[in-house]
Amino acid sequence: MLTPLEKCLLNDYQQGIPLVSKPYAEMAKELTRKGFSVTSSEVIDCLSELKEKGLISRVGPVFKPKTVGGSTLAALAVPVERMEEVAQIVNSFSQVNHNYEREHHYNLWFVVTASSQDDVLLVLDQIEQQTNLKVLNLPMENDYHINLGFPLCFEEADFKDSEFESPMFKTDH
Amino acid sequence: MDDLDRKIITATQSGLPLVKNPYEIIAKTLNIEVTLLKQRMNNMLENGQIRRIGAVPNHYKLGYTANAMSVWDVSDDKINELGQQLGALSFVSHCYERPRFLPEWPYNLFAMVHGKNKEEVMQQIQQIVTLLGKDCSAYELLYSKQILKKTGLRLKDKNT
Repeated sequence: MLTPLEKCLLNDYQQGIPLVSKPYAEMAKELTRKGFSVTSSEVIDCLSELKEKGLISRVGPVFKPKTVGGSTLAALAVPVERMEEVAQIVNSFSQVNHNYEREHHYNLWFVVTASSQDDVLLVLDQIEQQTNLKVLNLPMENDYHINLGFPLCFEEADFKDSEFESPMFKTDH
Repeated sequence: MDDLDRKIITATQSGLPLVKNPYEIIAKTLNIEVTLLKQRMNNMLENGQIRRIGAVPNHYKLGYTANAMSVWDVSDDKINELGQQLGALSFVSHCYERPRFLPEWPYNLFAMVHGKNKEEVMQQIQQIVTLLGKDCSAYELLYSKQILKKTGLRLKDKNT
């Protein structure tokens, strides 16, 4: 079960952690105004515990994807009997950092990230050559996401004890 | 973005240390003044290179296990307006315009939708269908079947 402080940290601090020398002390002050009466050490301990339990992956800046080189979302329509072989080829590229099998004619979807857009295209070329399949190259043209955070609802089971991480939330491309 | 900005990204993208003075620690590893670090990060916040500073929740572990990549064929002259409306929905985590490839790929708007179960996701999709109305001529949902690879996005440090 999550404590009220944990819920508040999860919901209210997905953004807006102040960029000051002692951010957790600043948070403790804010939280105290909200009635939690905590010290900065308690804020740090609570965040560390959330991280240990895997409920948060980190505390820190979230960067806009374009700032880290070139990237694209690509898809292949893989014949079912070739799925394992093709997935292995795609995974063998260090520039592929997400690869999902999806329920569709285009059944293999992966994100390619490289230091430049040219390098991304080079990887796609190599994948086409090695798999003998045509790649659907779908680079982002516009980002419509608005950063309001994600309102979490804690009514039911508070969290799943699963080895999986969020399959989608970090696929920021 | 210059070399120092890149170094700052490398040093902070896997998270700030959970200690009282995290920026001092980062500044020390970069061998720069903490005021310069904060100034650079503040600039990146202002120009949007840093989207936010916060606790990054792991939605899957928090029970949001159903998710679908929804793809929509939306009229080109309305896509900016409609994309922004979709992007503002609380259950949409990412919303992007991407190119069509006709005839095999007619969809130009992508929205990642998350819910606690498939029923919830279907309700959310209905909400989008209503919102897009006649400006959308077709859509599909692509549920993930299997994660074949997933590694964190990391900018490589040139010096290593």
